[in-house]
Formats: sequence, C-alpha cells, structure tokens
Amino acid sequence: MRDKLLQLLIISVGTLIIVKLFSLQVLNSSFEVINNNASVQKIYEFPERGYIYDRNKKLIVSNDFSYDLLVVPMDVNLEDSVLISKDFNIKTGVFRKKFLEAKKFSNVKASILISNISKDEYAPIQEKLWKHSGFFVQKKSKRTYNASTAANLLGYISEVNKYEIEKNNYYEIGEMIGRQGLEKTYENKLRGIKGVKFFQKDKFNRVIGSYKNGNYDTLPIPSKDLTLTIDVDLQQYGDSLMKNKRGSIVAIEPSTGEILALVNSPSYDLSNLVDKNRSANYKKLERDSVGKPLFERGLQGQYAPGSTFKIVSALIGLQENIIKEETVHKCEGGHFYAKNSFMKCHTKETTYSDLNNAIYTSCNTYFAKTYKGIIENYESSSVGLDKWSDYVKSFGFGNYLGYDHPTGQPGFIPNSEYYNGWYNNSWKAVTTISNSIGQGEILTTPIQLANFAATIANRGWYITPHFVRKIENDSINNKYKKKKFSLIDSKHFEPIIKGMINVIDVGTATNSKIRNIKIAGKTGTAENFIRINGKRKQLTDHSIFIGFAPADNPKIAVCVFIENGYWGSRWAAPISSLIIEKYMKNKVDRKWLEDYILKGDLSSEYLKAYLTTNFKINE
Amino acid sequence: MSNLKAKNYDITSLILVVSLITIGLINIYSVSYSDLSSIENFFSKQVVFVLFSFAICLSLLLLDINFYFKYASIIYISLLVILILLLFFGKEINGAKSWFNIMGISLQPSEIMKPVTALAIAKYLSNIHSDIKNLKIQFYSFIIILAPVVLILLQPDPGTALIFLSFYLVLHIVGLPSIYLNILTFVSICFISTIIVGMKIMLIIIGIIFSFIFLYTIYKKTKKNKLIYITVFALFNVLISTFIFENIFEQRHRDRINVVFGLEKDLVGIGYNTNQSKLAFNSGGVFGQGFLKGTQTKGDFIPEQHSDYIFATIGEEWGFFGSLTVISLFIVLLLRMAERTAKQTNLFYKIFSYSAITILFIHFAINTTMVIGLFPTVGIPLPFISYGGSSLLSFMILFTGYLKIDSQKKTKW
Repeated sequence: MRDKLLQLLIISVGTLIIVKLFSLQVLNSSFEVINNNASVQKIYEFPERGYIYDRNKKLIVSNDFSYDLLVVPMDVNLEDSVLISKDFNIKTGVFRKKFLEAKKFSNVKASILISNISKDEYAPIQEKLWKHSGFFVQKKSKRTYNASTAANLLGYISEVNKYEIEKNNYYEIGEMIGRQGLEKTYENKLRGIKGVKFFQKDKFNRVIGSYKNGNYDTLPIPSKDLTLTIDVDLQQYGDSLMKNKRGSIVAIEPSTGEILALVNSPSYDLSNLVDKNRSANYKKLERDSVGKPLFERGLQGQYAPGSTFKIVSALIGLQENIIKEETVHKCEGGHFYAKNSFMKCHTKETTYSDLNNAIYTSCNTYFAKTYKGIIENYESSSVGLDKWSDYVKSFGFGNYLGYDHPTGQPGFIPNSEYYNGWYNNSWKAVTTISNSIGQGEILTTPIQLANFAATIANRGWYITPHFVRKIENDSINNKYKKKKFSLIDSKHFEPIIKGMINVIDVGTATNSKIRNIKIAGKTGTAENFIRINGKRKQLTDHSIFIGFAPADNPKIAVCVFIENGYWGSRWAAPISSLIIEKYMKNKVDRKWLEDYILKGDLSSEYLKAYLTTNFKINE
Repeated sequence: MSNLKAKNYDITSLILVVSLITIGLINIYSVSYSDLSSIENFFSKQVVFVLFSFAICLSLLLLDINFYFKYASIIYISLLVILILLLFFGKEINGAKSWFNIMGISLQPSEIMKPVTALAIAKYLSNIHSDIKNLKIQFYSFIIILAPVVLILLQPDPGTALIFLSFYLVLHIVGLPSIYLNILTFVSICFISTIIVGMKIMLIIIGIIFSFIFLYTIYKKTKKNKLIYITVFALFNVLISTFIFENIFEQRHRDRINVVFGLEKDLVGIGYNTNQSKLAFNSGGVFGQGFLKGTQTKGDFIPEQHSDYIFATIGEEWGFFGSLTVISLFIVLLLRMAERTAKQTNLFYKIFSYSAITILFIHFAINTTMVIGLFPTVGIPLPFISYGGSSLLSFMILFTGYLKIDSQKKTKW
C-alpha cells in the first residue's frame, strides 16, 4: 500500500502540471498577455476627431495640428550641432542648452526639444529630419473653433482622468475625451477607435521587430463628422442680441424638432479651453458665480413660466369643456377667491373678456377661473389636479425632454401628492390658483417652453428636440423622428392661436410686429426671488416670450428668456421677433428695433442682487 | 566488476535520462545562443559537465556495491565536515556560502550531500536491529537527515534544504508510523489556510467546525478527549503559522507565497519572474515559437533562464507539445523506477533507490510547479535539464545508484 503512495504522488503532480500547462498554453487568450507583457510595446494610431458642421454645412469645429520635435540624446552626433541648429531653425546656444537639459533628464528616453511647431514651420524641418539621427517628430492635434459660439452646447475635450480610465478600459493616460455638451454625448462617434501596433522589444527596451508578424495589430476606425441642427448665423445673431443681458434663446423648427439656436448669455470662448491654459481658464469660468457662464440657462435654468403658461390653462379648459371660445368672464381688476385671497389683474377697470381677448390682454382672472373650473370639475381637488398635471406633462413639462445633450433639468409640475404633503390633505383649487398663471410651484426650462411653442405651432404634437441632424455614415436616434402627441385635441389649438396672433397685432406685444410675417406668441412676466445671506429678496421680474411664425405654416418656434428684464414685451418679445425675422428673411429690416436691443444693457439690474442697501425693482 | 553487461541494466530508464539531458543541452544552447562566441558560455560548459558526470558515474558503477555499504558512514561524516568547513571557507555566490573553489573548479557540496545522505540513511535503517517503529530509531533517522539540513540552512540555502523533505517520504514508504504523515499533512493544511484566510477567520472556522463535531459527539455519546487534543493542536498550529509567517519569514518569502495564492499581484516586482515565465509558456502556445525563436527567451526577460527557469524556454520554443513531452518523460521515468524498486527485497537497496526517486521527484515537482506559478519561487533545478555541474553530478549519481541496485536483483538476489 505504502509502495503505491509514491506512484500516486507522481501521477497526481504530473496531472496537475499538465492541466496547468494546458490552460496556460492552449486555452489562455493571447490579448491579455500582450497587455501585461514587458517585451511588447504598443503604439497607437489615433483617428482624427470628427468635425462638427452646422445645418448649412458651415464648419464650426475642426482640428489643427502642431508638432513637437523630440530628441534622444544618446543617438545624437554632437559634432553636427551647428548644422543641426541651422536645419531645425534654432540658435546653436539654445540648442546646446536644451540638449543638455534633455540629457540630464535621460540619455535614452526622448525629450521635447521644440514644442508647438506650426504646420508651416514643420515642412522645412521635416525635409531635413533624415540627416540627423536621434531626432523625431510627434504630431499633436487640438480642437479649433471656427465660430466662437454655443460654448456649453458644443462642449470641450480634455485629457481623461483616473476615474474615467478605471471606468472605461478603452482610454489610457494622456488620451482626450469629450468633456461636456455634444463632445460628450457623441464622444464615441467623434472619437472613432484607435488602431494599435505591437512591437517586440528586448530587455534593453530596443524594438527588435513587429510582434508575431502584426497578427494582433488593428487598424484605426475613422471618426464620424456631425451635422448639427443649429443654424450658426442665427445662433451668432442671437449672441449679439443677448449682449449685456442674461438669459437664453431657444429656437426650434416645429416640424422636425430640430433646434435652430440655443443661445446662452453670458457665454465664453471655447478656444480658451484647448491648450495648456485649459484648466486655469476653466477654473476662472467655474468661479464666476455671478455670470455663471457654464450654466446653460436654456437647458438647466428652472424658472416660473409666468403668463406664457396661461396658454396651457386655456388649452386644458377647452379640452375639459370648462370654457368655450365664446365663454366670457368678468374681471374687476382682479378677483377674490377666498378670504384674503385676491389675485390682481392689470386690466384697470371692469372688463368682460372672451378667450381671445383674455389671451391678448393676458387677463389673470380669466385663466384663474378656468383653472378653478378644471380642478373643481372632478369629485375631489386631488383627482382634478392630477388630471390637470397629466395634461401639462403631456407637453413635455415636468420631466427631462430627452434631447441629446448631457445637461438639463426636469422642471417641476406639482401633483396632488405634493400638495397633500404640504397642506395635510385640506386644500382646494384656490389654494393652488397661482398655477393657472404660471407662478406658484411650477418650474419650466426655456427649452421646454420653446418645445411647447412648437407643439402649439404643430397643433398638438412635437418631436423631441435635438441638436444633431446627421451623423456621417450613421443614423440619428429614432426617437428624434417620432411625433409625440399632447392630450389636447388639435381642434382646440385654433382659437388659442387666434388669441396668440392678436397678442402681436393688438395685445401685449405690438412692438414685435414684422411686416408680412404673422407671428403667434404670448408674453410672460415672472416674479422671482433670490436668497442672499439668508434674506429673501424680490428681484425685477423675468421677461419671457414664446411664439412661432408664420402662424399658419410655422417654420420656427422660439422661447426667449431674459433674467430680470421686467415685462415680457420689454425684451423677450422683440428679441424673439428679431430672431424670427432673421431666420425667415435672412436679414433684419427693423433697424430701430435691432438697435434698441443691441444697446439694451441690464448690467445694473444684475448688480442689484449684490447691493447691501435697499433697491427698487421693476423700474 | 563482473556485471557490466548491458542486459543487466535498466536500459529504458537510461535512455529516458539521456533524452532529458539532451533536451537540456538543446535548450541551454538556445538560451546562450546570442552569446555563443565566448568560450565561457553555458552550453559549452554544460557539455563538459555532462561528459565529466558520465565519466564519474561510469567509474562509480564499476565499484562493487559492498564498497558503498561499507564506507557509507565515513563518506557521510566527511561530507558533513566539508559542509561545516564551507561555512568558514566557502565561496559566497548569490548570498549563500554554498561553494568550494578547488583548482578553478567550483563545486557545491550540498548537492553531493543528497546521494550521500541517501546512502547513510539506507545503511542505518537496513541494519537488522533498526526497527523503524522504534522511537529511538526514528529519532536517529531524523538526526541523520536533519544534520545536513541544519548546515545547509546556515549557508543559507533554504531551497536545497527543502529537498531533504524527500527522505521523510522514503521513511514513510518503508514503514514510519502514519501519525507523522498525518501530523505533517494537518500542519501544512493549517499553515496554508491560515495564510490565505488570515488568523482571525481561521480561529472562527475552527471554532465552528469543532463545535459542530462536539455537539455530534454529545449526541452519539462518544469520547471527546481526542477531539479536544485536535482542537488545541489546530489552534496552536494557526497561532504558530501566523507567528512564523509574520515574524520568521522575511518579506521576500511572504511576497513569494502571497503571489502564488493570488493574494498579491505585482507583475514587475516580486511577481516578475513568475509572470515572465508564464508569459513565455503562453507565447509558446500549442506548437511553440520554434527552436531559437522564443521572444521571451531572446529578449532575455526571465532571470535564471538557463538553470531554474529552463522549463520556460522549453515551453516557449517547443510549445505545449514540448512541455508535455518533458513532463511525460519524467513521469514515465519516475514511475518505472518506482515500480522496479518496489520489487526490491533488500532494505538497503530499497531505501537508497527510493531516496533517489523521491529526490528526483521533489526536484521535478517543485521546479515545474514554480515555473508555471503554482509554487512559490525557490531556487531548485530541474533534474538533468537545468544548467549546473554539481546538481547534474548529484542527479547522475543518484540515478547511477538506482541503476546499479536495479542490476543487482537479477544476479544476486
């Protein structure tokens, strides 16, 4: 028995070894091996990052190249130093000094001798490169911006950080990644896939040939160019109109959901974020807590929509059969809803308004009564409010819209649960009456309002707004082609649009008329507050306008939002009309209006929030 | 002197050994290929070693077997003395005083000590009065084995000392009570599991296991004494293992062990050798890179590639089939030797022969498992294949001893 022990041991150890050898030599995948192998050097070949064009094929973002001349001191024949410095166009003294620095760093590793050589300077150097051993050139690529606009929208690229390398094994130290905006959303398309070549090295780190005849090498997969929905001329015109004002312009083509312009003010120049000053410049932008240039107001700004929201109340009223086009409500400069609950209205004396009139005069009472009717039409306030909430959300309010940009906010549309929490279940329609006129708890983003304008323009549906129109050799997401219908029947839009046309013709925004182009729109003025050092202060109202044109065959829907611009037709409506005119006619005839806007400066208004003394608002 | 006729000898085994030596020469040639211009290269030196070892072994074969029996103790004691002298006059290579330098020839006495100890233990236990079941005899046997171990550990050369564990296996085969093997196995299991899971978890595991068994014994109403002894012994083992691992072992030893158990991954530092040799095997694949074409080999990434890590070169240049061939040759050789030795009736022959087999086996097992990353890094050569004169001579003497003994049974016994 004990004699057999030795045989047993020999056989079991032998089997163990053979099994392990089998797994090492026959089963193991080779790729893992290459990556951990000190004797294999990887050299990557990066595809050039994709270009970005506007909807009219104007180049917005491309790449520029510069070159670094590197030196491996060990291989250089120093006797030629005069000739070398002549060929590479540097002073002999400078060359000697830099060479010694490089040698001090490492005799065998490459150091940069001259950095950032331009394409033009590179050509003569390239011709003479072969004459001198120990020198080689590395190509560097950086983003160049041919139109300084839409900074947050486009985003920028920078080196990957440690976290990203861990999360995604594609990236390695020193590689670039889309950091914000469309550069981030479409990173995989714009980047392409790097190719790799493996070389065999010996223990002295010398390359002795390609690894396994290049069997593991891969070719780079080219990047894809993007064509945006943005019209760069319109976008830049918007930039000029927004000078010295804060806020945003969002313009959408209603029939396609294509975003024509997304203007944010204040903005910044992306060219500051391309080279070695990137992080310093970015920090500066980050620290600007007053102007907040990195805050994309059109997508991230959540504001009360003010009177523009009255359109929503009216549409729901029509759909729920609470009002008809002919329904008349009496308004006595306001209305008591409950004890101590009076809603003012700017109509001075007692008026009788039908729907059309209520829209173009923006009568608070009319829409408050409509809202009250909607909620009270149901067995309880909760059910009524939830019904109302569903209608509102069907326009894309209260949630992320689903566009192809990484930043955004959902806004807020309250439901019964929210008020039950606040008021301990004892609340009525009048408790939430401010919702009817877009104040109270409601929060919307400018892009949601623009999308709402597009929905009205389409008489009831919208296509999810998006920024990219075409991807080279690829297709855009199908969700940017599908119509989304609101819960309002399309027949109810006509009376509303009639009222909105009157807003421009005879109503609150007569200053924004354009000859031969019929605009439908609605002004808004939203109260707003700020908390500074724990004190709640009211600031000058926001100026808002939503609209579309031409009213019967809409080509463009806009939302303009001017922070602390006071009433709607003061800034937002005229800016909207200029954007519409520019887009429709490709020129602006109303020079006086353009002049007024270009000269408009709200800087002093924005300083108020930081004044220690009391200040007046809405003046 | 009378039995030099070929038919008396185990020619098959001899052919196997010669094949292994040839494979060794081919691969040492490949390793030193880039440096063949110098006369001092490994290949040409190994050729000399092979010829020299064959000459020595042939002359050893000519002597009568009774000569060895007679002078076993004297040879053993003189080698012990040499090992002691080595501690004072030895030449230090790689941090160990293992070498004597006589007339330009370096010799490693600890290698020669392996067959000599085999001879000594065989002689001692084959005495008619030496009953291995007797505690005193067991004690003296251990002394014979441990004396060279202590001296070799002092050099210090733990790898070679480890090889003397082979004799434990021999003693077991010839009748050492099982309790020793059980204890050794138990201790090893405790040691390895303590290193892998850590002391605290081990104590908890032991607690749980033994409380279950304890409840079972209460249920079955069996005796508990034995159980308590085992529990205490296990706990003692865990504590001692932790102490040895943390305080006696040096960091490099701990690192090597951790690398094998996957507790640590450091492909450039401590795990470098193992990782590079694994890469060599992988690079070889099924059919190998071909003779003189191994990239890991040519790149010279694996240290000690001509000696302890020669198997990696075989794996890379000859692929899975090459390494499989070498393993198979060893298994066949060892099994054949073991089978024929089992039939021996003379205890002296049997013990020496088993010693030869187990020493070859332990070398083979530890070296190959180390090279493929299943065993911590220890400097132990692969028999007949690795570069090195003293070790080759030692393996050849062991094999010659087996050959000689094997030829005896047909003529005299």
